[in-house]
Amino acid sequence: MAYDKFTTLTSSAVPLPIENIDTDQIIPARFLKAVERKGFGDNLFRDWRYDKSNQPIADFPLNQAKYSGEILVGGKNFGSGSSREHAAWAIYDYGFRVVVSSFFADIFQGNALNNGILPVVVSPEFLEKIFAAIGADNNAQFEVDLQNQKFTIKATGESADFTINPYKKHCLTHGLDDIDYLISMKEEIAAFEK
Amino acid sequence: MEAKTLFDKIWDSHVVKEVEGGPSVIYIDRHFIHEVTSPVAFLGLEKRGAKVLRPEKTVATPDHNVPTIDQHLSIKDELSRNQVEMLKKNCAKHGIVYHGLGTEGHGVVHIIGPEMGITQPGMTIVCGDSHTSTHGAFGAIAFGIGTSEVEMVLASQCIMQPKPKKMLISVNGKLNKGVTAKDIALYVIAQISTSGGTGHFVEFAGSAIESLTMEGRMTLCNMSIECGARGGMIAPDQTTFDYVKGREFAPKGEAWDKTLAYWKTLKSDADAVFDTVYEFDAANIEPMITFGTNPGMGIGISKNVPTSAGLIGNDKLTYEKSLKYMGYTEGDKMVGKQIDYVFVGSCTNGRIEDFRAFAQFVKGKKKADNVTAWIVPGSRAVEKQIIAEGLVEILNEAGFELRQPGCSACLAMNDDKIPEGKYSVSTSNRNFEGRQGPGARTLLASPLTAAAAAVTGKITDPREFL
Repeated sequence: MAYDKFTTLTSSAVPLPIENIDTDQIIPARFLKAVERKGFGDNLFRDWRYDKSNQPIADFPLNQAKYSGEILVGGKNFGSGSSREHAAWAIYDYGFRVVVSSFFADIFQGNALNNGILPVVVSPEFLEKIFAAIGADNNAQFEVDLQNQKFTIKATGESADFTINPYKKHCLTHGLDDIDYLISMKEEIAAFEK
Repeated sequence: MEAKTLFDKIWDSHVVKEVEGGPSVIYIDRHFIHEVTSPVAFLGLEKRGAKVLRPEKTVATPDHNVPTIDQHLSIKDELSRNQVEMLKKNCAKHGIVYHGLGTEGHGVVHIIGPEMGITQPGMTIVCGDSHTSTHGAFGAIAFGIGTSEVEMVLASQCIMQPKPKKMLISVNGKLNKGVTAKDIALYVIAQISTSGGTGHFVEFAGSAIESLTMEGRMTLCNMSIECGARGGMIAPDQTTFDYVKGREFAPKGEAWDKTLAYWKTLKSDADAVFDTVYEFDAANIEPMITFGTNPGMGIGISKNVPTSAGLIGNDKLTYEKSLKYMGYTEGDKMVGKQIDYVFVGSCTNGRIEDFRAFAQFVKGKKKADNVTAWIVPGSRAVEKQIIAEGLVEILNEAGFELRQPGCSACLAMNDDKIPEGKYSVSTSNRNFEGRQGPGARTLLASPLTAAAAAVTGKITDPREFL
């Protein structure tokens, strides 16, 4: 699936200091019935964002005007549970390009990378600093530098290095996906089958 | 020669190419698809002008969206019906075998694969569903994938994956009375947490694991994703071979002998090294039940809800949020708490053995009046066997009705939803907020514990009746 290239991003961030945020919260199963990839952002965190009568729940961070930006900051073990790629689609469609946590579930991490979302893993201590920075200034700016694999809190200048597989970094930087690569391997795959 | 784990042996024999600084290109032997995570993959394929490379290696069935009563009628919900029809259409177009609703081969995707003998030792198996780990019970590398990866497998029969770390979880000793594979799973996840297995592929071993039937092994491997692992597997042995032999797609005659000789080599070398090792004593495991909103929040049924003492910061807030959602208080006794629903089924506990255990338990007893029970076979084959073994009469006599196969109340995507605020003792795999319906409260347990709750109307230690 084509997505925009990723190089650097400077943005404010939306805090979600909850642990083990599972994919059923990111997008509940009843919203997985589409046969096309569009409109999932409307139902991102549906049951935390809206009450039974579809009214926004005031204290949920996505509903608070003071928070905005293309970076979502979650508690540890973000994206656990189901393999639904709809979770990554919903996050991207809503407008996030980066998710920061101290820990990601494996399948979610892969799905994010396959959809142009950069999962940034930082230490639990650094994660607390990010939450603190947003707490001190809701509009605090953060810089995500994919080339140098660095996440910086602009206000304090503190930064953390993050890791990413070199192949995946190449894909994100150039907006490429694995499928074209695999299709180009047709002969090698046929040889393997023998 | 370097000592290898079971995982290494299968993985290494499926590497088509190592990508410079990247993941490995892995060949996939079997691919299962269902209606929810495949339509966008087919759409992507068409946009690229690509075709399905090996349609004979993919098998399809609709399970998540289907109703579990009146399956002969058209699916009422328009979006669900559309998704199921789209799967059927895509399969017809690309020459993929499709086991439609109401047909002999229909069922939950992770139940029908093993039943038909499609799932075999030594294979690489994927599906756009995290519970694909179920198939690891046969000594296969099986794991869930996203829709982009479904498209990769359709287009190339390959996937790009970094090689995970290896974890060994040994459970030794004799299982206590009333303790099932589900209790082992919930116990292990409670011990290592829902993220303890992240980055790893698990091999389960030890005498308690070896004593499990194939059904039990599937339940355990099914839940391996709930500790964060990519998947879980168990070395194939005589129990495995006996189960596979004679099934529709199992090798026959000379091919069987040849394949069996290979399957017998599929075990970790004695001196193979694992990145992480856990050992548990079966004697410490009692029937388990969850009290919170992730599968790691499980305790022995005789225990009380743990306190948050020792937790700080977000850990404490998350714990308190979870108990608030469940309507429970720290220190509460689990036994005796009122429940409203019982759900027996899903890819975790929807096999014949689960219904035998449930039926045997409720035989001669009556369903409690305050309980609504959904007894849902995992496949048509399971449904037919339940009928053939006379279990339906036992269930009916005790006040239970048998429904038709599907994912049912596991994930609130079809008509079977638990109402807001209600408590459901469920044999499924996830107790996340809203998993069984907005506001529903899930208590994960084994079919025996579900049966005890169904006849008493409250959380009950099944050992009282055994």
